Amino acid sequence: MQEFLQYLFSGLTNGAIYAVIALGFSMLYSATKLINFAQGEFVMLGALSLVSLWSGLHLPLPIAFLISVAGVSIAGILLERLAIRSVRVPHPITLVIITVGASILLRGVAMLAWGKDSHSVRSFSSHPPFDIAGATLLPQSLWILGVTAAVVAALHFFYKKTLTGKAMEACAINKRAASILGVPSERMVMLAFAMSAAVGAMAGILIAPVTMCGYDMGAMLGLKGFCAAMLGGVGSSWGAIAGGLLLGVLESLGVGFISSSLKDAIAFLLLLFILYVRPSGIFGAGEVHRF
Amino acid sequence: MRSSARVFLGVLAALTLTAGGPFASAARAAEPYKIGGIFSVTGPNSFLGDPEKKTMEMVVEEINAQGGIDGHPLEAVIYDSEGDPTKAVLHANKLLSSDNVIAVMGPSITPTSLAIVPIFEQNKTPLVSCAAGIKITDPVKPFVFKTAQNDILAVAAIYKHMQKHGIKKIGIITVASAYGESGKEQLVGQASKYGLEIVAKESFDAKDTDMTAQLTKIRKEQPEAIVCWGTNPGPAVVAKNVQQLGITVPIYQSHGVASPKFIELAGDAAENMLLPTGKILVADLLPDDDPQKAVLTKYIKDFTDKYKMPVSGFGGYAYDALHLIATALKGSNGDRQKIRDALEKVNGFVGVTGTFNFTPEDHNGLGEDAFVMVRIKNGKWELVKD
Repeated sequence: MQEFLQYLFSGLTNGAIYAVIALGFSMLYSATKLINFAQGEFVMLGALSLVSLWSGLHLPLPIAFLISVAGVSIAGILLERLAIRSVRVPHPITLVIITVGASILLRGVAMLAWGKDSHSVRSFSSHPPFDIAGATLLPQSLWILGVTAAVVAALHFFYKKTLTGKAMEACAINKRAASILGVPSERMVMLAFAMSAAVGAMAGILIAPVTMCGYDMGAMLGLKGFCAAMLGGVGSSWGAIAGGLLLGVLESLGVGFISSSLKDAIAFLLLLFILYVRPSGIFGAGEVHRF
Repeated sequence: MRSSARVFLGVLAALTLTAGGPFASAARAAEPYKIGGIFSVTGPNSFLGDPEKKTMEMVVEEINAQGGIDGHPLEAVIYDSEGDPTKAVLHANKLLSSDNVIAVMGPSITPTSLAIVPIFEQNKTPLVSCAAGIKITDPVKPFVFKTAQNDILAVAAIYKHMQKHGIKKIGIITVASAYGESGKEQLVGQASKYGLEIVAKESFDAKDTDMTAQLTKIRKEQPEAIVCWGTNPGPAVVAKNVQQLGITVPIYQSHGVASPKFIELAGDAAENMLLPTGKILVADLLPDDDPQKAVLTKYIKDFTDKYKMPVSGFGGYAYDALHLIATALKGSNGDRQKIRDALEKVNGFVGVTGTFNFTPEDHNGLGEDAFVMVRIKNGKWELVKD
């Protein structure tokens, strides 16, 4: 029992990380129909900015948090402005390949800026790990879960209750119709890029204390986040959360009850199976018919 | 890159020749001995190749300043393999066919070393590798030597310490990479020799963010100690997770994290961890009667004075390789077979990495004294005496 609980906690912590990254993929997809493979690099930029601002320059945590998120959002806007919008024939494949290129560029820039070594930062709160029925949970895990929940709630509010959010959804459903009705669709796309970059940066900032941050951390995290988004049904915020948590828990139960050398294999096999049974993902059913 | 390297080497050679001072006339009279170097100077393994190249250049200058060998100055011809076996083969062929070197040191990593070993066997030219893989010199190839310690010695150091403390049951957690696999092989293979039983075997990916699941599984088997085998940053995450789970059994790390970077990454989670390391990391802590103390102190001082960067054990492999070659060159008149024979007879050569005793059966030549056990105490290394 104690072991099972520990596997569950470990899975939930990892899963919440995947969930926030999946959220970034999902959000951008629902607004632009674009999968941004540089999402993992936004996570990396968020984490490394925090390393520099919080540990390096000793700024207070909330300020370091805000500056990092704002900085990475600007990177997202620049990506959209310079690389995505300037494409003459915006075929989806072309755009996806551009994002892959952008991820390689960002990784290279980060390697030059922060070096090849890994960095670490201390936890947000210095509370010792919680002991629940013999299993331990890091306070930072609660930070991750809490902020993830807050981000999802805020996004839900944004999409359902604000005019801008509704305009963004309208733009996603039919860009042309939305722009005929007076929605500034280009600005919406830019906003979606800024927001998804910001969510990615938040993911990076949250996980920085539990893991080690390096210029090459984004690729694997981006891949896991992408899987989580697919698992939950890309385009759905709740799906991203469910997919992320599920992937995390499956991985850690796989380690616990089968073998740690098959960790990724188990998770990805289940992903294949779920997508075989439900091709649109767990929460994706409604989305498919929307277009 | 190649042409700029040539220009650089040309300038370097010119400088070393002019720096010859009183021996310049003798040096001019004798043909220089050309020594090749192949290192991973750039790319992901540059942390190995860069200090190795710098060390080779430094030692060449030093030997030439003392008048070279039997009046012949040394000349270094260095190429960058970028850690790519194909490039290593190209450079090895070039060194032998057009540069006409009489001995080669490097490459920095095991895959590049194994790729070029057959070329040196065929051309009957001595190669002193700076890589760790046991396969480079086991089985023994007549012309191939190496200066880096085998993993087997690190495992022996850890297991000896366990034996002394009556530990019988251990859990191991290794990284899923060539380094981790080789470590696992040695850990499993040597365990019974020291009366140890491995009760849990887990692995992690180099980029994993959390290892609590693996450690929970190991804890369930109640081992008396845990060995973690990996290179940064994974073992630092393991250290943090061990602290989180409140695991209190002794934790042994491998020499793969024997750098200040590990302490920086793991913070106070690294406290009390034990690991084997080459003596260079703890040179200032060694007792004065340690045979390596003098050579270590000299190398560290020379390197940090010249390059203004911290010294590492990797540069030490090149330091030993070149000094070994230099020793063997004496009286050889540049004959490759004679250099090889002299290398094989090297006995009691005290280097940065350890004391080398080459024999026809052992072309690594290091003993267990090449590793010392250290403990991390208050964020600093401490020699383990008990």
